Amino acid sequence: MSFWRRVACAVLLLVLAISLAANWLAPAGYAKQDREAAGAPPSHAHWLGTDEIGRDRFARVLYGTRISLFLAPAAALISTLLAALVGGLAGYLGGTWARAAMTVIDLFLSLPWLFLLITVRALLPLNVSPAFSVLVTFLILGLLGWTAAARVLCATGSSLRNADFVWQARASGIRGTRLFWIHVLPNMKPVLYAQFWISIPAFILSEANLGILGLGVAEPLPSWGSLLKELEGLVSVGEEPWKFVPLVLLVVVVTSFQLVLSKQDEVAA
Amino acid sequence: MMRFGKPIAVAAFCLAALTGGALAQGQLRFCLRSEPKTFDPLKVEDDASMAIRYLTGGVLVRLNRQTQAVEPGLATSWKISKDSRQITFKLHSGVSFSDGTPFSAEDVAYTVQQLMDPALHSATGDTFRSGTGKPETKITSPTEISITFPAPVAGLDRQFDQVAILSAHSPKKEMAVLGPFMVADYKPGAAVLLKRNPNYWKTDEQGRKLPYLDSIQLDIQPNRDVEMLRFKRNEIDLINTLDSEYFDKLASGSQNVAHDAGPSLDSEQMWFNEVAKAPIPEYKKKWFRSATFRRAISQAINRNDLTRVVFRGHAQPAVGPVSPANKFWFNSKLKPEVCSPDAALKALQKEGFHLENGTLKDMQGNEVVFSIITNSGNKYREHMATMIQEDLQKIGIHVNVVTLDFPSLLERMTQTSDYEAILLGLTNTGLDPNEVMNVWLSSSENHQWNPSEKTPETPWEAEVDNLMRAQASAADPKKRKESFDRVQEIAVEQAPFIYLVNRNALSAISANVQNASPVILVPQTYWNAERLLLK
Amino acid sequence: MLGRKIARHGLILVATALLGGFLSAAMVRLAPGFDTDEAALDPHLNSQSIQALRQARTEQHNIFRFYLHSLQLAMHGDLGTSISLKQPVSTLLQDRFPLTLRLVSLGLLMGWAAVMVLVFTTALLRVTAYDLLATFMTGLLICVPAAVLALLSVLWNIPGALAIALIIFPRDYRYAHNLVNKAYSLPHIVTARAKGLSELRILFWHVVPSAGPQLLALAGVSVSLAIAAAIPVEALCGLAGIGQLAWQAALARDLPLLMNITILVTLVTLLANSSADVIGYVWRGQQA
Repeated sequence: MSFWRRVACAVLLLVLAISLAANWLAPAGYAKQDREAAGAPPSHAHWLGTDEIGRDRFARVLYGTRISLFLAPAAALISTLLAALVGGLAGYLGGTWARAAMTVIDLFLSLPWLFLLITVRALLPLNVSPAFSVLVTFLILGLLGWTAAARVLCATGSSLRNADFVWQARASGIRGTRLFWIHVLPNMKPVLYAQFWISIPAFILSEANLGILGLGVAEPLPSWGSLLKELEGLVSVGEEPWKFVPLVLLVVVVTSFQLVLSKQDEVAA
Repeated sequence: MMRFGKPIAVAAFCLAALTGGALAQGQLRFCLRSEPKTFDPLKVEDDASMAIRYLTGGVLVRLNRQTQAVEPGLATSWKISKDSRQITFKLHSGVSFSDGTPFSAEDVAYTVQQLMDPALHSATGDTFRSGTGKPETKITSPTEISITFPAPVAGLDRQFDQVAILSAHSPKKEMAVLGPFMVADYKPGAAVLLKRNPNYWKTDEQGRKLPYLDSIQLDIQPNRDVEMLRFKRNEIDLINTLDSEYFDKLASGSQNVAHDAGPSLDSEQMWFNEVAKAPIPEYKKKWFRSATFRRAISQAINRNDLTRVVFRGHAQPAVGPVSPANKFWFNSKLKPEVCSPDAALKALQKEGFHLENGTLKDMQGNEVVFSIITNSGNKYREHMATMIQEDLQKIGIHVNVVTLDFPSLLERMTQTSDYEAILLGLTNTGLDPNEVMNVWLSSSENHQWNPSEKTPETPWEAEVDNLMRAQASAADPKKRKESFDRVQEIAVEQAPFIYLVNRNALSAISANVQNASPVILVPQTYWNAERLLLK
Repeated sequence: MLGRKIARHGLILVATALLGGFLSAAMVRLAPGFDTDEAALDPHLNSQSIQALRQARTEQHNIFRFYLHSLQLAMHGDLGTSISLKQPVSTLLQDRFPLTLRLVSLGLLMGWAAVMVLVFTTALLRVTAYDLLATFMTGLLICVPAAVLALLSVLWNIPGALAIALIIFPRDYRYAHNLVNKAYSLPHIVTARAKGLSELRILFWHVVPSAGPQLLALAGVSVSLAIAAAIPVEALCGLAGIGQLAWQAALARDLPLLMNITILVTLVTLLANSSADVIGYVWRGQQA
């Protein structure tokens, strides 16, 4: 394992460990409102200051890490698998399958999914538990976020269909799903890894935007997405650089994920 | 010196004659928060269109936003009959529309007929529609007109502040205006340019033609952060309604650009769903329909914290349905609710609620859990809902805060009644209680907590119906006030709305703008646009 | 063969666009809040006026009838009237489409120029530190919310097209980088290196052609990404384009406007992706 991959793994484990230790590191919790110190800068009592209604930002970053760090990669995995199944398989099968898949993908890319999400919210009870709401949100993101990669995988599958090693495998008597799973799919890894890596921050940010529709992480639960939304108050954020901490953390985690996945990216000697 | 005196004097005279003695002073720039939907003053229903109507429309009378008194406009004087059904206006003579078409009583009659056309469904028209039937107009001379309504209209003269007069004859239709400015250019999605109306009839005390400004540029900018950025960069001259956090940042600067005009007429409030057929559990309906429950919730909410934390001190705890800024109509006998979780709990316990392991339960053992919905994108309401969530947690009530996009919220509120509690605000553009008649009448669609009741479902709602009708038909302001004071008392006793805060009217005005004097009535900063000057 | 493929693509394009229009209309119609109008909350309005507001959308209740009627009108050049803006949809689209086209085109051009420069230099230099820097930079950009990038473009007076480029660049870079790296591992590249070909020649004559069809597919997809990115950029930068219009229409549940915008977006998406497919097909044919 390369040095940088080891560093990346260590960073991810450290972030995971810190988020799991939130109960000890931030015993006051993420919801408690210190109303006398609303919007306060960092201090001994509040290491990253407080938000607009006095909640400790450090606690919210720690607890938010749990939600985003577990669920975003899970949703990214769902979208990656779907992209592989729909795009990769269709491209590999070719012909009508590929054409039908590409048409469906293009439609998916164009439709205003906002309204489906609004409908999903309407179907959920208002008193749904925050945990359930979060799960549903990330599940939906995973189910909707596969289309871009699927298109690229379709093209990849089409290219691989007539590759020499595939012909060789066919000549050896390997057919059907075995051929796809064992020989073709591993060669789609570069796109699958890229899809997975891109999806993690994309879903974290999308989760915050879904709050507009009543989905996403409900108050008072924090998430990285909701913390990053504070950056939209640009006029004030320049004077309050501690608000960038969730962004820095996200960049570190995302970069670490990329380094961990980077084995496939190594250029052949 | 004498040799040049005469030519100079002649030149000055010619210049004065050409400019009509006007004090031409640049372009004012500010932002509209949304796209204007119409330039037809009779069809105005959104804020952006209202702003344009205010700046371009000529009205018979004008409510002075500073003194709150009604002043002559296109009408030099007026007389209201004892039964408040008829108003007679005497009009200015020699006035023309922006395209040169002469103005006369015929235009007033035309405007009234258009406004009161039932097919128009105009909000402005509906304020005059106190009874069935059309109004009658009688033109006694080109400068005199009587308008008779089928039923008394309370505050009849003030209502004409919202009626911009249209030309009956101009080919330009609603684009021919009588106000200080006229629409010169409109770039959809980008900006509206208003230019000085060359035929504006008004002059200042020195006889100089108004308006002083050459033009007003209205940029369409929904985002408040960007609006603030542009103000700081001097790309715009004023912000009509300023957020509290930005107020503090501007106020801490050296120039006196941030203005706090005090409590506005607007309020933030929450209410519970009291609709009998609402698709919510019966036991919850029982809670929400109990005045004791509602008052207990009200008592448990810390309004001081809401004003201090959410609005950074630029708001006041609300007392009742009327803001103290509405000096005449506010019931000064009402006192602010004192936050007391203990008293709230005691009141609930008398109703049969009890605490069990920190969770409040009703007599049947149901946990007291309900949701508060509010519109997403309004961070004040989101913060208030979260703070209320914590306040109610102290008395064992679990609240789920749900933010929804506005149309979805509206559907739950007005059509499906599929909600438990809502947190929203009420924007009051006027002072008269008649303007909110449709909120208090139990049969009305806007009787938010229980719309369109066939008959009043509670004795107190029946009393409110009677009181509102009484004040609407009374001519004597004292009698009207008595009735409406009682309505306010009932509103506080029964708490169909839990009034939370009255926000202050905050604005920002560049130091370059002269004669600005921000007020609480809409439009706060440019109510005297015709007299604004730029350095 | 090529002509038949293009003709088939054209037919699928039109049918898909129409299907997209219908599906979007159905989604808008069935979504909560369709029949509501904020104006109904005005306490000045009496019950007849409120009822009239509610009746304003009656003709849109039956989505099949509405859609067929819209198509009939569209054949005569009438795309309907926007409910929220009260203007003809055709006028709104005509006024705003050029700006969005310019914005998206420039954004894509700049984004892809950056992608290609970074991908090629990373491939040629093969320096770990450079690769790490590129990873970090793209990681940073992908983590910044699109709304923040748009606001930064206002703050720093940067053109909106650059904001769009910054939104699509990190996504496209990661895919392109992985595809090019994968192509480097192919046997014929090893052979080319063994035969002493220069790195530049290997990259542009052997690696890029191998990865070409997939890069083209990626380019096609990034058109959709750019259009999606245009929505927050236009809304926040005050640019009167289709993106801003789409957002306003979505908030107002403006069915005629949303349906036509979806058809337009579907057509553009299909055109872009179909072009990428056709070029990819030709490319593969030439490669074979």
